[in-house]
Amino acid sequence: MPRRHPEEAAFPPRARFPSRPRPPARTRPPRRSGLLSRTRLPLYARIARYGFRRHSAYRAAALAGAFTNTVFGILRAYVLIALWQARPGLAGYDVADAVTFCFLSQAFIGPMQLFGGGLQLAERVRGGDIAVDLARPASLQAWNLADDLGRAAYLLLLRSVPPTLVGAALFGVVFPADPAVWGFFAVSFLLGVIVSFGWRYLVALSSFWIVDDRGTQSLSLVLMMFFSGMVLPLNLFPGWLGALAQSLPWAAMVQIPADVYLGKRDVPQALALQLLWAAALLALGALATRAARRKVVVQGG
Amino acid sequence: MIEVDRVGRSFTVGRGRSRRTVHAVQDLSFTIDAGEFVGYLGPNGAGKSTTIKMLTGILAPTSGRIEVAGLDPTRRRTALARRIGVVFGQRTTLWWDLPLKDSFDLIRHLYKVDRDDFRRRLAELTDLLDLGGFMNTPVRQLSLGQRMRGDVTAALLHDPAVLVLDEPTIGLDVVSKAAMRAFLGRLNAERGTTVLLTTHDLGDIEKLCRRVMLIHHGRLGFDGTLDDLRATAPGEDSIEDVVTHLYTASPADR
Repeated sequence: MPRRHPEEAAFPPRARFPSRPRPPARTRPPRRSGLLSRTRLPLYARIARYGFRRHSAYRAAALAGAFTNTVFGILRAYVLIALWQARPGLAGYDVADAVTFCFLSQAFIGPMQLFGGGLQLAERVRGGDIAVDLARPASLQAWNLADDLGRAAYLLLLRSVPPTLVGAALFGVVFPADPAVWGFFAVSFLLGVIVSFGWRYLVALSSFWIVDDRGTQSLSLVLMMFFSGMVLPLNLFPGWLGALAQSLPWAAMVQIPADVYLGKRDVPQALALQLLWAAALLALGALATRAARRKVVVQGG
Repeated sequence: MIEVDRVGRSFTVGRGRSRRTVHAVQDLSFTIDAGEFVGYLGPNGAGKSTTIKMLTGILAPTSGRIEVAGLDPTRRRTALARRIGVVFGQRTTLWWDLPLKDSFDLIRHLYKVDRDDFRRRLAELTDLLDLGGFMNTPVRQLSLGQRMRGDVTAALLHDPAVLVLDEPTIGLDVVSKAAMRAFLGRLNAERGTTVLLTTHDLGDIEKLCRRVMLIHHGRLGFDGTLDDLRATAPGEDSIEDVVTHLYTASPADR
């Protein structure tokens, strides 16, 4: 078949349905394989799968992120090793725990989007594309959550596994022997991603009211970095500050899942706190979405 | 099919001393019957997009009552979305990084379209809009003309009774424009789909619309047939001149 210029295809249609001989329209059903490609897959699971695929279009960016996370992980590991060698047993961690904490927190950066962002929502609000999203017969929040879970799953593979493996090879990290710990960790990790989404969704939604979300984004960045345990384990925070930091939502993103992994925390309590924050932030997000719908200016013509 | 009854929408802009209320749409009333093809004209900032956003339930009117396909858009937004199709010419409903067919597949689930209906309609639209050549191309690689055809397809996969188009021919070359017009004309004539079209392209209006509504400063300035429209300025030759006359002559209510 001779190649046609793309626009040539748009010649005014014939008086009736096309009579020009043409290759049959591609009605071949798409390739289906694997568990997740069941046709009965619910809408939001499907959106999550597409979120995963959408992000896989940016593999180079994810790999560059993984490289950066690994290099910074190595730097931080040396700092923490020096600290724990000077003060053994600090905060209930030994050196191996501290190094593991360091590489886990590096591994969380991608899936939990600890530097903020990950959602296109703010950009879409500012540019007016949100009109399209709001016109769909779906929940804006659930939609974004599903997409974000797909994104997190992709980044878990590309940005979390490499730094952890490199850390294990260079410094040796703790690997729990008990499969139950892995199970709890998986739940805790998932809850961490949901809490992270809940928070980032609220931050992104703020652009409905204040148009430019750069201020809220940088505030969010500081809060997430500091109070998640990303900069320093929250166990090192003294007195009331430590107690406060441990109970804030950001702790659910790094400190709690890392402690669950290291077996340093009462599991039911840890998961309950994460669940509580996930529910609270999602509820707040749902309220904010409703408020946004009612009073927003949808930007652009 | 579309009933708009004394609808107003105002926005508060600015803050502090410069805070003021802008009336994007005021006292707007019109009715569109099933099967009509209506052109909705107005200069930039006249309130066209605000009207479209209210009709689709994205914006709530500050006053008045709207009914589209038997539903109140603001209250029954989700149910309404399944009965109408919307195309924002300057935006896309398609997923930027996914092949076109994946976007359609998602839309099928989003609108809960029966699989056989979906296949049949997609095959039909693929044929009519000639999408076959780029079904597997990621949307970001499509030309504007291709993307717009994809967007129109996406809006029609659930076979809506009403199609609302906000500048569907913006930025298209003459050939793509002609194809789009021909398609919309047939959709209306053969399927009986009610179409409301906003555009700045008067060619769209002349070729397609039996009825024209003109909004100016948020109010309906004209509502009638194309001939009625021409009759408002008998001295002017082209439709451009007639509309320019209307845009500039309409009493500004400030």
